[in-house]
Amino acid sequence: MKKSTKKKLRVVIIEVLLVVIALIVLLPILLALSMSLKSPGEVFSFPPTLLPHKLYFQNYIEVFKKVNMGRFLLNSLIIASIITVGKTIFGIFAGFAFANFKFKGSNLLFAILFMTLFMPAELLLVVPLFNLMRIFHWVNTYWALTVPFLASATSTFLMRQHFMTIPKDLEDAARIDGATSMKFLFHILIPISKSMIGAVAAINFVYAWNLYLWPLVVTNSNDMKTVQIGLKMLMSNQSNNNWGIIMAGTLIALAPTLLLFFFVQKLFVKGLASSGLKE
Amino acid sequence: MSRKLVPYFLLIPTLLIIGLFIYYPAVLTLKNSLYRVSPFGNRVFFVGAKNFEALLHSPSYQQEAWTTLIFVAVSITLGLIISLLFSLVLNEKVPGVGIFRTIVFSPYAVSPAIAGMLWSFLLNPVVGYVSYAFLKMFGVQSHWLTTYPSALIAIIIATIWQNLGFNIIFFLSGLQGIPDSYYEAAKIDGAGSVRRFFSITLPLLSPITFYLAIMDIIFTMFSSFGIIDIMTQGGPGNSTTTFIYRLYRDGFIYFNSGMASAESMILILIMGVVTFIYFKFVQRVVHYR
Repeated sequence: MKKSTKKKLRVVIIEVLLVVIALIVLLPILLALSMSLKSPGEVFSFPPTLLPHKLYFQNYIEVFKKVNMGRFLLNSLIIASIITVGKTIFGIFAGFAFANFKFKGSNLLFAILFMTLFMPAELLLVVPLFNLMRIFHWVNTYWALTVPFLASATSTFLMRQHFMTIPKDLEDAARIDGATSMKFLFHILIPISKSMIGAVAAINFVYAWNLYLWPLVVTNSNDMKTVQIGLKMLMSNQSNNNWGIIMAGTLIALAPTLLLFFFVQKLFVKGLASSGLKE
Repeated sequence: MSRKLVPYFLLIPTLLIIGLFIYYPAVLTLKNSLYRVSPFGNRVFFVGAKNFEALLHSPSYQQEAWTTLIFVAVSITLGLIISLLFSLVLNEKVPGVGIFRTIVFSPYAVSPAIAGMLWSFLLNPVVGYVSYAFLKMFGVQSHWLTTYPSALIAIIIATIWQNLGFNIIFFLSGLQGIPDSYYEAAKIDGAGSVRRFFSITLPLLSPITFYLAIMDIIFTMFSSFGIIDIMTQGGPGNSTTTFIYRLYRDGFIYFNSGMASAESMILILIMGVVTFIYFKFVQRVVHYR
């Protein structure tokens, strides 16, 4: 009897702790949501009210009037989609090459790729990369915003790791049946790897949507800016410090990745977990 | 096509991108770091290691080195401790824990710029809730983003918060990989929960902690640019200017390409050391298996 009471008490304490932790983590987003629904009059009331007296959705419309948010969202969507497709497909190709073939120079090529794993070039090498874009006449184009990101060591490693867990017998059997390597990749390996490919694609989409420094330096016309840069514009000069509008814009920028994350969270966790240490 | 050629063919796109957009710029950086452009940009002089000397002797660069070190060390240490504590609670098998996990993972989807926006709002002296809570609790009205050292603390808070989701995903998967039988055995031997944590949980989590520390170094050194640019722009004064922010300023505001290239080289060197350490460590893990 006493033991079961103690156990119940433990569960209650843990549930309370869970609520506290979830609140700490989610509070910035919840408070931003509350602020985004306040009327201009209520935005500046001091002390700040926890919840809006009356829901005021006008802020979300104002965002699109103050800055060209529609265009920014479209740009981000185009760029993130292209990067996601490129990184995932080329990651599958390169991962397949390293996992399923023995070839001359594979160790050297692998090392060359491995050394870039912790070198985010768009940050570390932003100046020469920008100069390269000028030479290519790519400044302020989708080319500059996508092509340098079409392949990466990370996607390659994730796919390689996954392909190495698939039994070799499968490929041997396919080869005996007369399938070429590419046929095996497209007709057997890719279909059975759907969830891992989905995971890699989801991680890449979030990465691309969230890029900041690179679009900041490589775009100069409003037509080419992405949603992350649009936020800076919204905050710095557009809306007389009306935090209701600024937070509405922030939540609009956050919504696509947050929703994607909630819907396919299992994929993210699976993909991320396999990117760790099991080299 | 001969099977022998297939892997090379498959690797062409990735190697082309990596070569053109990582290795080639890295070589350019090395070259540029040894030159100086004349004030009107029409002549280029070879100056050897002079850019590096000027950089390493400049008091502002030394100050930024300290800022970067403090920012990275505090964010990572506190971030990992908080993430681990949260993960221990989230690892308990109680009803509804799945929903809580989903919520706590969610900062993973937040970009650095958005984290910067959210915390600029929360710490705003007029409309910010956190700033108001501080006023209520301690009676001080801090102008978080415009005074030192609170501006540095502000970007540390935003950084830790944004990293929570990523860290907890890894810690939790690590915790779930520890067999229950280990804890049962320790219990039978009379080990209390604190003892069990320090002699089972912590050692078995050390590979994951190491991996996270490296990922967090990359994040705080580089990706946090978005947080800093939105929240403080490196200010007040120079007090939140980290290496990456300085690099951006020298490269794109002062157009000092020689200096910026020297800074890039130093960053490449630092990350080279990090990669090397990781490589060594991973090899040991492989050996271990």
